[in-house]
Amino acid sequence: MFESRTRLATGTVLALTAALSLSACGGTKSGEKTAVESCVDTSGDSIKLGFLNSTSGAMAISEQTVRDSLSMAAEEINADGGILGKELEFVEEDGASDPAIFAEKIEKLLTGDCVAAVFGGWTSASRKAMLPVVEANNGLLFYPVQYEGLEASENIYYTGATTNQQIIPAMDFLKTKGVKTLFLAGSDYVFPRTANKIIKQYAAELGIEIVGEEYVPLDDDDWTTQVAKIVDAKPDFVFNTINGSSNVGFIKAYYEQGLTAKTTPIISVSIAEEEAPAMGKDVTGQYAAWNYFQSVSSPENDTFIKAFQDKYGKDRPTSDPMEAAYTSLYLYKNLVEKAGSFEVDEINASADGVSFDAPEGTVTIDGENHHIAKTGLIGQINSDNQFDVVWSSEEPIEPDPFLKGYAWWDPSKE
Amino acid sequence: MDAFTTPLLAGTATGALLLIAALGLALTFGQMGVINMAHGEFLMAGAYTTFLTQQVVTNTDLSILVALPAAFLVAGALGLLLEVAIISWMYRRPLDTLLVTVGVSLVLQQLAKDVFGAQGDPVQTPGWLDGFIDVFGYHWPYRQMFTILLAVAALVGLGLLLKYTSYGRQIRATVQNRDLAETMGVSTRAVDRVTFFVGSGLAGVGGVAVSLISGTNPNLGTTYIISAFLVVVAGGLGQLKGTVIAAFVVGIVTAFFTDWFSSSMAQVFTFALVVIFLQLRPQGLFTVQTRGLA
Repeated sequence: MFESRTRLATGTVLALTAALSLSACGGTKSGEKTAVESCVDTSGDSIKLGFLNSTSGAMAISEQTVRDSLSMAAEEINADGGILGKELEFVEEDGASDPAIFAEKIEKLLTGDCVAAVFGGWTSASRKAMLPVVEANNGLLFYPVQYEGLEASENIYYTGATTNQQIIPAMDFLKTKGVKTLFLAGSDYVFPRTANKIIKQYAAELGIEIVGEEYVPLDDDDWTTQVAKIVDAKPDFVFNTINGSSNVGFIKAYYEQGLTAKTTPIISVSIAEEEAPAMGKDVTGQYAAWNYFQSVSSPENDTFIKAFQDKYGKDRPTSDPMEAAYTSLYLYKNLVEKAGSFEVDEINASADGVSFDAPEGTVTIDGENHHIAKTGLIGQINSDNQFDVVWSSEEPIEPDPFLKGYAWWDPSKE
Repeated sequence: MDAFTTPLLAGTATGALLLIAALGLALTFGQMGVINMAHGEFLMAGAYTTFLTQQVVTNTDLSILVALPAAFLVAGALGLLLEVAIISWMYRRPLDTLLVTVGVSLVLQQLAKDVFGAQGDPVQTPGWLDGFIDVFGYHWPYRQMFTILLAVAALVGLGLLLKYTSYGRQIRATVQNRDLAETMGVSTRAVDRVTFFVGSGLAGVGGVAVSLISGTNPNLGTTYIISAFLVVVAGGLGQLKGTVIAAFVVGIVTAFFTDWFSSSMAQVFTFALVVIFLQLRPQGLFTVQTRGLA
């Protein structure tokens, strides 16, 4: 009896592991290439938009904040007379933190609800799943999160940073700090791997030595062994591309083994106002690279923060992806008004140079790659878990998702 | 840094954590034949109990000591509820318990998300655990030593319970031959409940240790459940010494692989090794001779 139970258990464990790893990969459903005939109804006095964010599952906590700022932007635009005189009517869908569901839902929004544009997505997997669908239906998607670059679709506008607006400025900042040695710590998936490939090539250019590179799977929180290697390598700085809850395990292990912001500071690209207080450690003095901080001083940002906190509560922080989502809706308004039409092809034809005075500063669309020019910022966490801006690229950086303007970049090289 | 010290010490701590998680499974699966996939969620319950305790007992030096028994009781109560409400209806049908408890595990995860939010909550490390000693260049955190002590305490406690109490004797009698135990006047239903309570409670204690590594989050249990089952199966059913050895071997071997290769590859290699081991020795390290007829 015991023997058969063992076999059963072994089989079970194997099957479950297989199932888990399969579901982690997610599925991409490519839309069939059909004759693209837009079903968007522009005859009435309202126009439909789709908001597609995860309001359930692991990504809900992050994506709900994006949904909140999208809803707020839509209400503001409606109060101001809508777009081309048409009131915005938004259809809300839940991506459920699952790329396959994102693909399904965006197809429904574009072909069933006939929305003029969709706003949302967070993980790169969700964007990659939506890409073929939005292209096949010649729809529009506004994607509000910083990502690993190397993509430019006619049917997507990227309002978060690409690598030359976040990763490369972070490296420039490290250079000004006189950093000689750098340790790379990341989650084991596409964004950190791509980001680190860029970091390594640029570091060689800047004369910064990479003294270690460690990855831990997204669902693994124990960083003790890897932090021991950081202790051993004694780098000047740690470049952190860890995502999600694994950050907590990393930060805890880091402080536990006696590292501090004074001895071995960390620069992160996924810890913002929302995440900093959730670490269970005082992270004062650590750095983050973004294009927006709640602390940015501009009249537009004051208005944005006040409107957001009046609507959702005084204790709610604002962060980079929320700001990028808010900005995306206003950019859409300006795109449509410049084109004088809701037609995707007409919007794309006149997209170049469309701008908006966003909370982060004025942002401008590049008509070629559909990304936006953004100012690179480095913030240092203060005791209120807010970021003091310690470095800025001063000027908005032109987006270059394929890093064509960087001679040192060789995508074929490891 | 000594290339040997770090993986050895860090791996021992990982093994200790696996042991706490696997002890409960060794009881419920090894001794009762129930495949409880919701066992990982009892770890999660322990972690959230630690977080909640810190909201009530704000002195973090003390709160962890309060959290340990609290987590044992909370997770134990959850386990008891699961046993009484669901599992008691499907003894001797291991596949059914597997399916049902996978469902329970999903329900508990979603419940945690709804109650506490999908973003994890921070757990403060008490001052007396915040620090390290230098062992040949490895900054060995007090937290890891604490985890090892906790595992030893759990093991000794469980060993004493099984060996010297009347409940322990009844549990062992039930394992060896349920029907015969019943004819001797042992209420096997009552024994099952106690076993489930203790086994789940131990997972709660493990949850306290996990919360010191990574705070809380709703998916925390899924990280440990597969490894814990691996340990129980590799260790052999019905005897705790197999589980103990397997837990530390898996922990330490994984740590060495992590050191030599990467965290992702370490999981693959360890898993492959256990599969090969089970091919050679399907019954695991040790197995108890039962007097059951099956």
